[in-house]
Amino acid sequence: MSWVWFHKLGSPPHFYRIAGRWVRWLAWPAVLLGAYGLIGGLAIAPADYQQGEGYRIVYVHAPAAWLSLMIYTTMAVSAAVGLIWRMNVAHAVAASCATIGASFTVLALATGSLWGKPMWGTYWEWDPRLTSELLLLFLYLGYIGLRSAIEDIPRADRASAVLAIVGVVNVPIIHYSVVWWNSLHQVASVMKLDRPSMPTSMLLPLLSMFLAATLLFVALMLTRARGEVLRRERTARWIGEALQQESA
Amino acid sequence: MDITSPGRAAALLIRRDLRLAMRKGGEWLQPLLFFLVVTTLFPLALDPQLSRLRDIAPAALWVGALLSSLLALDLLFREDGADGTLEQLVLSGVPLAWLLLAKTAVHWLLTGLPLVLMAPLVSTALGAPYAAMPGMLAALLLGSVALSLVGAIGAGLMLNVRRGGALLALLVLPLATPVLIFGARATSMAIAQQAYDAPLYLLAAITVLAATLAPLAAAAAVRIGIE
Amino acid sequence: MSELTADNLHLWRGDLHVLRGLSFSLSQGQCLQVIGANGAGKSSLLRALCGLLPLESGTVRWRGQDARSDLPAFQRQLAWLAHGAGLKADLTPIENLRYAVGMRRHGNDSAIAGALDQLQLDRDSQRRLVRQLSAGQQRRVGLARVLLLQCPLWILDEPTSNLDEAGQQLFADCLQQHLSTGGAAIIATHQLLGLQGTQPTPLELH
Repeated sequence: MSWVWFHKLGSPPHFYRIAGRWVRWLAWPAVLLGAYGLIGGLAIAPADYQQGEGYRIVYVHAPAAWLSLMIYTTMAVSAAVGLIWRMNVAHAVAASCATIGASFTVLALATGSLWGKPMWGTYWEWDPRLTSELLLLFLYLGYIGLRSAIEDIPRADRASAVLAIVGVVNVPIIHYSVVWWNSLHQVASVMKLDRPSMPTSMLLPLLSMFLAATLLFVALMLTRARGEVLRRERTARWIGEALQQESA
Repeated sequence: MDITSPGRAAALLIRRDLRLAMRKGGEWLQPLLFFLVVTTLFPLALDPQLSRLRDIAPAALWVGALLSSLLALDLLFREDGADGTLEQLVLSGVPLAWLLLAKTAVHWLLTGLPLVLMAPLVSTALGAPYAAMPGMLAALLLGSVALSLVGAIGAGLMLNVRRGGALLALLVLPLATPVLIFGARATSMAIAQQAYDAPLYLLAAITVLAATLAPLAAAAAVRIGIE
Repeated sequence: MSELTADNLHLWRGDLHVLRGLSFSLSQGQCLQVIGANGAGKSSLLRALCGLLPLESGTVRWRGQDARSDLPAFQRQLAWLAHGAGLKADLTPIENLRYAVGMRRHGNDSAIAGALDQLQLDRDSQRRLVRQLSAGQQRRVGLARVLLLQCPLWILDEPTSNLDEAGQQLFADCLQQHLSTGGAAIIATHQLLGLQGTQPTPLELH
């Protein structure tokens, strides 16, 4: 298997150009899929026989929650790649993931809380999923905090990479411990998505939202990553050429 | 030129740190005093009825232990980082993770073990029955070790970081939540005189995992920190 | 044969390009004196050579092998003296040295006392806490550590700071002895080293 593409992607000017192209290709499908998902989920799909109309928030909550975890993993993996192979591009990708991931986590928490109101009667119950999301938010904030506390960018890259790797190893442990902690109190999690069968009219918009959110994340991340790569790049020559090409 | 074995190097480091702690005395008592103060706050914040305090005893003990170990982390690397002996440790040729494990062991001995030894006193004051002692001590023993190990990673990352503040707490506390969950649960089960092996085994598993992996992460963090 | 060769070293500190393609070589018995204005990167170069700072690019070879390929083995061959003391303030010089030497190899107390005597630290001070010694005395203890480690490569950052004239002469004698027995040294200092015979090779940083 040829690793040439990997090393090419690691080259900052190459990454800068390719990421720029990809953003355009990803943004439009994200918008279209998102539109389909939202309209399909919020308007067209039938009401849930158990939860009525209130369940519709799952179309935003579920993708946000899944993405918050996926982004953290992506962040940790690219930070690890940056640390081991000393690739600035990988560090730039990790740095770009952080705020986006934290935002998705906040979105998941907010929508989860809104979902809880009609279901439990309160905006917050220490439901295992939401509690895990909250701890994940703290992990994100710690990562962002550490990055901003270290002025030297390469050192901030390396230190936060260690933190991200330690964090990602901890995430399953934290999740399991929270689930275990919660099981003793039997707080019914109304956010069950593992029902035996979900009608297609519900499932398709949901999958569409998942895909849309993922594409949106990649588009946003690549946009930020291009900026982060510029911050880390030392030899300015390719920057001048690349910017000239863009304005042309 | 015979080279010192890692075992002998660790022994020298442990002896040195213990000697230094004896000479500095007061500083190393502070985490224990903090623990006592914090656990005293809980009854003051509630009411002095022992029957009610018994319910929150696990929470008070473990939150107090967690916060105390957080405070104690300052004593782990700060001075060695400041006087240049930490970088000599990195240059010693002995695996850094192993040396940091030795340093963390001494740190735990001086800041974690005292908490465990004071716990029977504190828990009795909070209404816990004597029968709960073995389970509670076992949980605190394992948990305090895990907290020291995980905290060392945070302490390493915060070396030479100027705008520190509460960042260390933000880094370490989320990583410490599994220890808190299983430890507090084991303690409360012990107080309720239920079988507490499940959380205790899980806590032991976490501690073993921490003992093997945390020093490696701490070594990486320290190397970055002394740049 | 060169003991140490540095090839095309690049080092950045934040946004500063501190080392730009620096190359040099060091043979047995040779002393390299790193000079440059404040902030030119002398300390950074020395720390990068020790492996404490990561180099952006370039290789450092020790006795033909890439130092980075087995960094601990390379680091065991060098004695590093930083700007600061590198000593625990609450231990005595003897306790400090027993620990420092013991981490590398088996030392003995008479050798330690001998080294401190060689650097003319009086017996009384040898038993006081380092905190209670003057800056110059602390420096002498630091130099004693370098002597006792018996390493072929010395990397020293301002070794004579805080030393009086007598101390500087003592250091020059120790350095002379180290070089004449086949050792090598890289020293960052503004001061004249006062060596007899072979003069140090200057390495200027801009």
